[in-house]
Amino acid sequence: MTTFPHHLLSIDDLGSDGIGEVLRVTDSFVEVGHRANPKVPALRGRTVATLFFEDSTRTRVSFETAAKRLSADVLSFAAGSSSVKKGESLRDTVETIEAMGIDAIIIRHPSSGAPARVARWVTSSSVINAGDGWHEHPTQALLDLYTVRQALGGGDEGVHRFKSLQVIIVGDIRHSRVARSQISAYAALGAEVTLVAPPTLLPPSLDGWPVVAVSHDIDKELPSADVVSLLRLQSERGSGEFVPSLREYTAGFGLTARRAAMLKPETLILHPGPMVRGVEIASEVADLPAAHITGQVSNGVAVRMALLFLMLGQGQAESSADA
Amino acid sequence: MPEPRGAEPTLVIRGGTVIDATGERRVDVAVVDGVVQATGEGLAVPPGATVLDAGGCVVAPGLVDLHVHLREPGHEEAETIETGTRAAALGGFTAVVAMPNTNPPLDSADAVRNVLDLAHAATAQVAVAGAITVGREGNHLAPMAELAALGVHLFTDDGAGVQSAGLMRRALEYARGLGVTLAQHCEDGTLACDGAMHEGAWSSRLGIPGMPALAEEVMVARDIALSRATGARIHFLHLSTAASIDLVRQAKAAGLAVTAEAAPHHFSLTDACAVDYDPVFKVNPPLRPQSDVDAVKAGLADGTIDAIATDHAPHAPEFKDLPFDLAPPGMLGLQTALALAITELGLPLSQVLALMSWQPAAIAGLDPESGGGQGGPIAPGSPANLCVIDPTATWTVDPMALASRSRNTPYAGRTLTGRVRHTVFRGEPVVVDGEATR
Repeated sequence: MTTFPHHLLSIDDLGSDGIGEVLRVTDSFVEVGHRANPKVPALRGRTVATLFFEDSTRTRVSFETAAKRLSADVLSFAAGSSSVKKGESLRDTVETIEAMGIDAIIIRHPSSGAPARVARWVTSSSVINAGDGWHEHPTQALLDLYTVRQALGGGDEGVHRFKSLQVIIVGDIRHSRVARSQISAYAALGAEVTLVAPPTLLPPSLDGWPVVAVSHDIDKELPSADVVSLLRLQSERGSGEFVPSLREYTAGFGLTARRAAMLKPETLILHPGPMVRGVEIASEVADLPAAHITGQVSNGVAVRMALLFLMLGQGQAESSADA
Repeated sequence: MPEPRGAEPTLVIRGGTVIDATGERRVDVAVVDGVVQATGEGLAVPPGATVLDAGGCVVAPGLVDLHVHLREPGHEEAETIETGTRAAALGGFTAVVAMPNTNPPLDSADAVRNVLDLAHAATAQVAVAGAITVGREGNHLAPMAELAALGVHLFTDDGAGVQSAGLMRRALEYARGLGVTLAQHCEDGTLACDGAMHEGAWSSRLGIPGMPALAEEVMVARDIALSRATGARIHFLHLSTAASIDLVRQAKAAGLAVTAEAAPHHFSLTDACAVDYDPVFKVNPPLRPQSDVDAVKAGLADGTIDAIATDHAPHAPEFKDLPFDLAPPGMLGLQTALALAITELGLPLSQVLALMSWQPAAIAGLDPESGGGQGGPIAPGSPANLCVIDPTATWTVDPMALASRSRNTPYAGRTLTGRVRHTVFRGEPVVVDGEATR
């Protein structure tokens, strides 16, 4: 068993071995999820805190459900209801929470790098990045990988099949923490990532990024793609500053029914949500069997259980996922 | 200028090598009543006179910093005139130009008079830069003539560039009439947006909103055009990009009245420093890639850049204990600037001193030719604003040991070469053996 990182701030903290391990352990927890009582005692006596400075019901509930199914205690802090509103600094908030005896802080913050700052301030807690600014959202990328691996047949053979897999990531990569994590994660497993976006929605520099190509023409990329990963276009990006309008974006980069027909039958369509039907994906495409959008959500709890188990449950003989 | 007195000197700086704009010589320097009384080899020390040992050291005109934020009034939790000028003295500076982004801003005669009063007992001369526009808001010209009458020579909205080309043109025309100099913080707001670091490979990877080099360069280009059209002098604050420096190089070759400064952090640190999201490395203009760092060094070496100015910008610790994008920009500079110049630039010490003493003194209007007592040759009758530098001493930067009220130095733990041994301000030894005397 590899040494698992103390903090998860970015996908690079895991590397390909760490990613492989999360995916492998997730299998056990998917199985746990199918039981009548989907709960294991792996993290009994442990406490995790969710600290969300941005609204995100899906990710927060997914993490909290994962922790509870591992029998951990969960403290939930939302920026709106805590003393953060009274002007308390992030550092004071974190130090106060840690003083309550916390084993892990799961943080979402609108500022890139906020989890990295928190990791510097804590004394012993693990810090898990649940999305920071435009930087990373590692658990979303792990969940995508798990979903793809499942579709490719699961097991270690599934991981092997990421090699040379043609992945295209379409949309607002510039402002997307999901894209930054996905690119690192797919590349770590040997997939070949192509970015598809208008130049205004690409990062100013791709120096050192593990991508094989950048394209401004989605129609050229679709026929050879094995995975099409769509990103949400926030409506303010389509208000004229980055693209002239949502309508023009959809015409150029939306996965319409016409474009979906260009895909190979086995191509997977992923969307991290929340999905804007009619903009980056046509409604009828989102409902195709190839679109693994709901699957992504249900796997999210299992992936996060695996992660919490690997980060907090190591060394506890009774806390095996197979118990 | 007072004539040398017949009185005995009260202070003798012994055993050093004097370097000033006129050259280099092995002489002692005797001081009385705030003025250099004599220079010469083996000067006698009268009983009771203070002796400052300058063995192995260079004795130079006091350094002049064109760009400091003393924070008083308004942000005394970060710095005061007293603590800021103590840091200045420890850094070898005998004069600093205080930026007008205080609260209230220095856009009125009352506000300027207040700072000059507060600086009365300071351990370095505090010259005030006035605001170009009321409230530094870029809309209406500040009362520049009223401020000039109080001795204000530099005007700037530093922290922000004057966005309107039309207003900047009028400001330049008006300034030319007054014989004062406008200093521009070059940053086009429509390009900078809410950028928190240099836009490039690192900002893209870290997901931090970037501020492109272009934001600086288009305003440098615009203001050079405005300077050409109006014939007015302009000084460019903290230039940080290769293209900006090239534009200034061309403007100087064309004979325009432009001067420029660069900050030590722009020749010693790169944007890669942001890798851990520590806002101690957040500054505006932002840290740039190595190619720009090299261009700043080249600009200092070939004379395109006239001065090294610190942009000393203290912030209380709680403001740097924040996520990167939420923290205010700025870093301490007064106590590390000289050592960084000696350590990083590879220039002869005389050239470093030109960049840090007599050239900035002239830009600030503090030199003898402008009627001031800073940066001048060390000769009988000249005001005794001096610093004594040990150019080979090494030391390690300890944030807790700095005189500033704030701790936001990006050089914590870094070992530097070159140390200020003594500083003499108006004849008073305000730093002796590296310690402030008050």
